[in-house]
Amino acid sequence: MLADKDRIFTNLYGTFDWRLEGSAGARRRGDWDGTKELILKGRDWIVNEVKASGLRGRGGAGFPTGLKWSFMPKTSDKPCYLVVNADESEPGTCKDRDIIRFDPHKLIEGALLASAAMGAHACYIYIRGEFYNEAVTLQHAIDEAYAAKLIGPNACGSGFDFDLYLHRGAGAYICGEETGLLESLEGKKGQPRLKPPFPAAVGLYGCPTTVNNVESIAVVPAILRRGASWFAAIGRPKNEGTKVYCISGHVEKPCNVEEAMGIPLKELIEKHASGVLGGWDNLLAVIPGGSSVPVIPKSVCDTVLMDFDALKDVKSGLGTAAVIVMDKSTDIVKAIARLAKFYKHESCGQCTPCREGTGWMWRVMERMVKGQAETREIDTLLQVSCEIEGHTICALGDAAAWPIQGLIRHFRPELERRIRDYRKMAAE
Amino acid sequence: MPKLTINGKAVEVAPGVTVLQACQQAGFEVAHFCYHQRLAIAGNCRMCLVEQDKSPKPIASCAMPATEGMVIRTDSEMAKKARHGVMEFLLINHPLDCPICDQGGECDLQDQAMAYGFDRSRYLENKRAVKEKDFGPLVATAMTRCIHCTRCIRFATEIAGVEDLGATGRGENMEIGTYIERSLTSELSANIIDLCPVGALTAKPYAFVARPWELTKTESVDVLDAVGSNIRVDARGPAVLRVLPRLNEDVNEEWISDKTRFAVDGLLKRRLDRPYVRKAGKLEAASWPEAFAAISSRLKGVAGSRIAALSGNLADCEAMLALKDLMAALGSPHLDCRQDGAALDPSCRAGYVFNTTIAGIEQADACLLIGTNPRVEAAIVNARLRKRWLRGGFKAGAIGPKRDLTYPAAPLGAGPETLKDLAAGKHEWSETLKAAKNPMLILGMGALARKDGASILALARKLAEGAGMIREDWNGFNVLHTAAARVGGLDLGFVPGPGGKDVAGILAGCEKGEIEAVYLLGADEIDMKRLGRAFVIYQGHHGDAGAHRADVVLPGAAYTEKDATYVNTEGRVQLGRRAVFPPGDAREDWTILRALSEALGKTLPYDSLGALRRSMVKANPVFTHIDDAPRSAWGKFGKEGPVDSAPFVHPISDFHRTDAVSRASLTMAECAAALKREQEKTGTHG
Repeated sequence: MLADKDRIFTNLYGTFDWRLEGSAGARRRGDWDGTKELILKGRDWIVNEVKASGLRGRGGAGFPTGLKWSFMPKTSDKPCYLVVNADESEPGTCKDRDIIRFDPHKLIEGALLASAAMGAHACYIYIRGEFYNEAVTLQHAIDEAYAAKLIGPNACGSGFDFDLYLHRGAGAYICGEETGLLESLEGKKGQPRLKPPFPAAVGLYGCPTTVNNVESIAVVPAILRRGASWFAAIGRPKNEGTKVYCISGHVEKPCNVEEAMGIPLKELIEKHASGVLGGWDNLLAVIPGGSSVPVIPKSVCDTVLMDFDALKDVKSGLGTAAVIVMDKSTDIVKAIARLAKFYKHESCGQCTPCREGTGWMWRVMERMVKGQAETREIDTLLQVSCEIEGHTICALGDAAAWPIQGLIRHFRPELERRIRDYRKMAAE
Repeated sequence: MPKLTINGKAVEVAPGVTVLQACQQAGFEVAHFCYHQRLAIAGNCRMCLVEQDKSPKPIASCAMPATEGMVIRTDSEMAKKARHGVMEFLLINHPLDCPICDQGGECDLQDQAMAYGFDRSRYLENKRAVKEKDFGPLVATAMTRCIHCTRCIRFATEIAGVEDLGATGRGENMEIGTYIERSLTSELSANIIDLCPVGALTAKPYAFVARPWELTKTESVDVLDAVGSNIRVDARGPAVLRVLPRLNEDVNEEWISDKTRFAVDGLLKRRLDRPYVRKAGKLEAASWPEAFAAISSRLKGVAGSRIAALSGNLADCEAMLALKDLMAALGSPHLDCRQDGAALDPSCRAGYVFNTTIAGIEQADACLLIGTNPRVEAAIVNARLRKRWLRGGFKAGAIGPKRDLTYPAAPLGAGPETLKDLAAGKHEWSETLKAAKNPMLILGMGALARKDGASILALARKLAEGAGMIREDWNGFNVLHTAAARVGGLDLGFVPGPGGKDVAGILAGCEKGEIEAVYLLGADEIDMKRLGRAFVIYQGHHGDAGAHRADVVLPGAAYTEKDATYVNTEGRVQLGRRAVFPPGDAREDWTILRALSEALGKTLPYDSLGALRRSMVKANPVFTHIDDAPRSAWGKFGKEGPVDSAPFVHPISDFHRTDAVSRASLTMAECAAALKREQEKTGTHG
């Protein structure tokens, strides 16, 4: 279990004041301590430190953050931008929301340091439209930081000019995809862009841009202050550091919790969420990383570790580390059908496989819930999901396909039973 | 030069080329729907997925730049599976209504489904239906068939420069539309019909008229504006059913204006299909010999100096030369091809053509528009200007009424005073022209067709010379004509001979009774009342203004009914070809003049088109340069003199109805009405 001294998000539960000053404010918890010196160590130092820490992007794909930053051009005749993705819409995920709610200054300071590392003098935070109260909080925190001269011209007295803007989205899941987000930020219809070119070459308004998740940015100040080696010592090789897990579903106490990467799933649920309702043996399955990743059955849950590589090995993924726990009372087919509906609803409609395929899969899934299908349609469904996976511009197609692939992989007998039962019922 | 391997074949391609283009160059066809070489890359249909070595996923070849050492497979299992999958997705919600779809037989989806589709469907759900849209009188919609390739959106926003079209909704509810119900407002809007790879957007006037395999296709040129767009005329039996663009990178690329495409229904209406002779104030049907007899009896004994000829905007070069020769034989110096009275100087070719050429616009970096609105006068030229502007580093300025040109043009002034300042280098925009590497100006008929036209022409020449537009390697002086016959007429010298009267003189002569007989070769755009008591012979194809005034009507052939030569505004000589025969007793125009000359006892010295064309070459060697726009030598033209301060007025107020053909077209009338409705809409409509 992660020691309290190693926690980065010391106010994850809102125990203290999120504001900058005050006896229990952000400064008292160590935020904005020596930021100037960190900036003055130079952009290369920051990038190398983040690289050495092994931090992997916390938005779901797990791309090494330091490496991503190093793709930004060292010299550019165009301005560079940092864009923080706070469009947290993945079902089951609510980590960024609590970071913004209770620790906004970690994000703001992180944004400053990350921008300094990339020579970006402007940063946009794109926040999900539904997060109204969070946007108010964050804007207040930004105003505080401006007033305290922590950001703005000559931020923290470092000589680095930095402006931070908050932009509210309008509640489309696809705008959480980094290039869809950029399109939306530019005022266009939120549709992901073709890659290449990647945002680091052609991003916001055609300028070099890096898009990072809120959590990835918010942990940066702690890494720089406490050293890359401290962060890298937590977790497993290639999966270092701490991570905020969101545990929801059939557990005694759903919660957000910061834990080490690579903690066993069972330990995570039992220690922090007080266990599955009705005990571990009542567990049916877990979606370990938000709605986009394939479900894993109890047999896998018994031993699996919660990090990128371990979950990949069991054909699932860490995603956003949103652990959705389902006990034996769950209608697993209906649950996945609901996710299929979500992806059908949120597909941007740009590319063919996702636009047409998500609706197809959802309709078949709705029939599967009742068992009103042919057995061979299970294979058709699997094939359709494979025809979507990897054939689209962005990862939404993959995200729509994986839950269904996971279902068929682990719960095929359940699907077949329903079809049999429906036939029997229809025959009577 | 990146080298890559495609299906085991090593190819070397130019830098910046996409994988799809590289495959095409290597001779491997890659199926695609959304990709179009003249539009921005969307990469959304996913049909062009191919396998790339070391890539776990297939790549969209239309969007992927070809780079050194790539190994591409277009026929591997992975690529085939991806294509099959995408085709299946495209078809699940596409209605199976090919038998009643106008795109049938020329449908990309149909063709590619034959190649990549399954023979049966695994889709057991209901198909999607999409609410019908109304895009106005030209484009018929069946949006249920739409495959969301967004070609139409990209065309409208990029090429046409109007933000009429867009996508609303997301996922399977995404719809292509005009946001709020309205007609398309671009002059190029109907090109989206050609671009649509399925039957979602089809031609409304051509709806359910014919199947493509029933049509005879004739390659020709358009005459409804002075661009000379290359077209393909599709006809069945005696009727021209539709006009499609033909690729010509130098002229119209692959676009045509809506008028070019859809005015052809006017070819079936108000046609002159037999000769008429006016008897007791009334036009009565007559035979050819009767008509010729009426003419020869009236002209007998009339001195040549009392006869005049005017040619219209759609006249072909062959007919104009024949008429010119006939007038010469009759001893008349009074002839003119400039109906609108434009002060074009026939003595120097560079002074009346679009010297930069349409394709040459892409080399320009500043453009001064003088009394012209190219958007309605020559929509294709305007599209080039926009294309140039989109690339960046291009400034445009306009003298004359302010209009939306689809690219910004600085309003510099209203009339000749501004031109004078610019010519003297005193205007603030002079700096822009001076700073430009390849400056150009476009002089419109709005500036020339006025009393002080000759002085304005001289001013424009002075400006061009002073602003460095005239160089060994660059000629930035351009005249934008509105009439397809104009440059050809000037090239053939269809202008007043020594002591001859121009159009204003002829009309004044008619009023005064000095001119006794006037021969109108399709000239409909003059004030017929001013012809006074003159004996009027009208040769043309439509019962328009000229025929109504005429004393003898000789039915001629429209541009789709004759083999004829036209010279476009660039001075490009192009051949129109006969797609159908003229209706009834109507004949090709030069043969009428040849026959009439015999009746008048002044037989013209040519019996065949070949012989006539040889005389054309003799009259002006430029007619040997078919499909070419030869450079014209610079010289002196125009007449320096005082200018009027009256502002320039654009010559065309109604884009859709500019000539006898488009005035007879129901489709064009509907378009004009729809446009008027759009323009009159207030914020509270709908």
